[in-house]
Amino acid sequence: MAQSVVVQVGQCGNQVGRCFWDLALREHAAVNKKGIYDDSLKNFFRNVDTRRNGDGVDVSKGKICSLKARALLIDMEEGVVNEILQGPLKDIFDSKQLITNVSGSGNNWAVGYKVFGSQYQDQIVEKLRQTAEHCDCLQCFFIIHSMGGGTGSGLGTFILNVLEDEFPEVYRFVTSVFPSGEDDVITSPYNSVLAMKELNEHADCVLPIENESLFDIVSKINQMVTSGKPGTTVKPESLVTLNEGGIKKKLQEKPFDTMNNIVGNLLLNLTSSARFEGSLNMDLNEITMNLVPFPQLHYLVSSLTPLCTLADVNIPPRRLDQMFSDAFSKDHQLIQADPKHSLYLACALLVRGNVQISDLRRNIERLKSSLHFVSWNQEGWKTSLCSVPPVGHSHSLLALANNTCIKPTFIELKKRFTRLYKKKAHLHHYLQVDGMEESCFTEAVSSLSSLIESYNELDVTKGLPVHDPLRLNIVI
Amino acid sequence: MSIVTVQLGQCGNQIGYEVFDTICRDLHNTQGFCCKRENEVYQASCKEHFFNEEKSGVPIARALLIDMEPKVISQTLLKAAHSGRWKYGQHSHFCQKQGSGNNWAYGYSVHGPKHEESIMNLIQKEVEKYDSLRGFSTIMSMAGGTGSGLGAFLTQNLRDAYPNSFIINQIIWPYGTGEVIVQNYNSVLTLSHLYRSSDALLVHENDVVHKICAKLMNIKQISFRDVNQVIAHQLGSVFQPTYSPEDSCQYRRNPLGDLMASLVPHPEFKMLGLRNIPQMSENSLAYTTFAWTGLLKHLRQMLISNAKMEEGGFKDPALYTSWLQPSDAFSEWRTHRAFNKYEKLAALVSNSQFLLKPLDTIIGKAWNMFASKAYVHQYTKFGIEEEDFLDSFTVLEQVVASYCNL
Repeated sequence: MAQSVVVQVGQCGNQVGRCFWDLALREHAAVNKKGIYDDSLKNFFRNVDTRRNGDGVDVSKGKICSLKARALLIDMEEGVVNEILQGPLKDIFDSKQLITNVSGSGNNWAVGYKVFGSQYQDQIVEKLRQTAEHCDCLQCFFIIHSMGGGTGSGLGTFILNVLEDEFPEVYRFVTSVFPSGEDDVITSPYNSVLAMKELNEHADCVLPIENESLFDIVSKINQMVTSGKPGTTVKPESLVTLNEGGIKKKLQEKPFDTMNNIVGNLLLNLTSSARFEGSLNMDLNEITMNLVPFPQLHYLVSSLTPLCTLADVNIPPRRLDQMFSDAFSKDHQLIQADPKHSLYLACALLVRGNVQISDLRRNIERLKSSLHFVSWNQEGWKTSLCSVPPVGHSHSLLALANNTCIKPTFIELKKRFTRLYKKKAHLHHYLQVDGMEESCFTEAVSSLSSLIESYNELDVTKGLPVHDPLRLNIVI
Repeated sequence: MSIVTVQLGQCGNQIGYEVFDTICRDLHNTQGFCCKRENEVYQASCKEHFFNEEKSGVPIARALLIDMEPKVISQTLLKAAHSGRWKYGQHSHFCQKQGSGNNWAYGYSVHGPKHEESIMNLIQKEVEKYDSLRGFSTIMSMAGGTGSGLGAFLTQNLRDAYPNSFIINQIIWPYGTGEVIVQNYNSVLTLSHLYRSSDALLVHENDVVHKICAKLMNIKQISFRDVNQVIAHQLGSVFQPTYSPEDSCQYRRNPLGDLMASLVPHPEFKMLGLRNIPQMSENSLAYTTFAWTGLLKHLRQMLISNAKMEEGGFKDPALYTSWLQPSDAFSEWRTHRAFNKYEKLAALVSNSQFLLKPLDTIIGKAWNMFASKAYVHQYTKFGIEEEDFLDSFTVLEQVVASYCNL
């Protein structure tokens, strides 16, 4: 069984990471009744006997002694990481997995990448090596960060480079939180575009997330919970957004937590088929194989359903089909995008729970006609069936789409960048950093432009009549 | 007399389990509809082909389980052991920690050579247990990475290492509407390579079996388990003991060889298909009676589909190509002993044009994708270049043309 390591960078990365680990523990606790350290736990957790040798010795089989997360927590400020280490999750991390500083990156990509990058390079490599040594088969690094700030964006993408150099065979999946239009960080367009260049060149697969979408989803759930309509009582443990009870209060008090839980669930569902058994497994390497037709186009739009389960036990079978329809609606996407009206290059459906192949096929047949697929991939569906449902649900669906609907996000980003750059606003903060020049900016924006252009070329083919290329002619 | 079954990848292992389970169930079936002595001879012959006897009395399947990631193999081994009726050998499996990622190139060029020695050693050890090895039957899917890529590599190796044994590949043809996006590439590469090293390719189409489950067996929510069980039933009906042509009291000693001899007269034509009737849910079985004429008529109809019905049954020369006598082209295998609770059962294994359309469709889709170079970088990363793709396309277009000309 292969292992994955999570690298959480910056304030956003660490907060999302914290929610992820919490949800992961809950999920395994619900499934693993006997307390045995099994293969599915092995993916994200080590089993350590802390009674021996101070540091603890890895125990590969048998009862669970003490679980340690395969993670690296990196932040140039101490606040968030300290909170994690003092909170309920403190036992699954140890001090060797942290890299912190006090000064912060000042929302400046250049500080994160150039200054802290070079300062901490050796430490980062060292700690990555240690984490990798605890794995007998390391398959994938998950990086969680935001694009708009300084640490997550700058140091995060620096680490992406390091991972490619030191561990070229290991996949790099990046979960990036993109800034929304009214972001309070003025320089977020600079940071995002500079980071995008790195994502273009060094990531295997990127899952972009937008806060706006997460917020909309949370509001929708809020509405459902407080509507009080008969038959709409929500099962508390089924909300993708919540860790503990006290639904209403939580939703209002800590919106970021609830939003982060959605991302945590995304990662759990992504890896469920690799961790648990099912009739049609899907490993992480199959995601890149099937969803990335050309190396540059590795941005996947994700959508998650259901968001909560109603406590109504009389769930008619149509609910299952509803789940599939929801996955393709605008409201369930984790970024502001509309895949239905754009061009699909490929689509993956990761189903969990009591769903069989006939249900899957029926729904694909049903939905196919309303979606546009590129001419050379008309049946571009990758499917997987995992038998273990998420906590509180009987089944769930994660849809990953490689779709040109992501183009507007990039175009918007470029526009905001250009607005600032034309006036050279705030540029001096970046240029005064050692190693930064204007060419960094021009190269970055040109990388983004070429990405947009690739999507344009594909969009143009949408709706055009298809001419199959001539086949080989064989003479007998 | 023994046939070694090699189960490859998730699909191969899941189906392989169902095959052995079905055969074992049939073995112990009390509704043989024949006399006791007959039953005993049947059982002995079946066991000789598929199981090893062990001191504890629990038969051990003559099978090897191979996969590049451990989840499916561990489950399969467990399920077999739990059944109590049979099990897999303790050391008959080989697995790694990380799968092939649906990448034919990875299965063929990376996993293949890396694990060649270990896997061939495993096979050698198994083969040494038998006084006479008749051949290999591999079960694999075309759509994924391990079954298809590693399967193709392994078949080549088997051919080199055991030139006198028969090799039949049970190939699972994926659903038309995607299970895997690159399934057409993987299929084209697999078929072209297997065509060179294998003796026969017995094809099982997921779409067809799915329809059987839906229409004939009336299953509402069809799972892969249902599909696999139908395939296992079909395979079992062909490979279970039947009388030898010379002596109708003796069971056939070399089913695999005889099958090849009668079905693959020319190396250009290796694709076999399987049709089996009747297929119905267990509940309906109790209420149905069968007659041979009806069953055979139905089978013949299935073979010709739209052609007019004529008298003469299967000996009609119009059914066969001009360079074969009907008596050579058609052979009938029978046994009195009933199979798997069906009082009468007829199976038809044919080498005909019925696979032409699906094959042509897959080649078309793969070519379409190849023309835009989509996903090709994933294969070139592991050593399968564009020329390799072109070679494979050429081989298959040749096959299509040959079948078209029949």
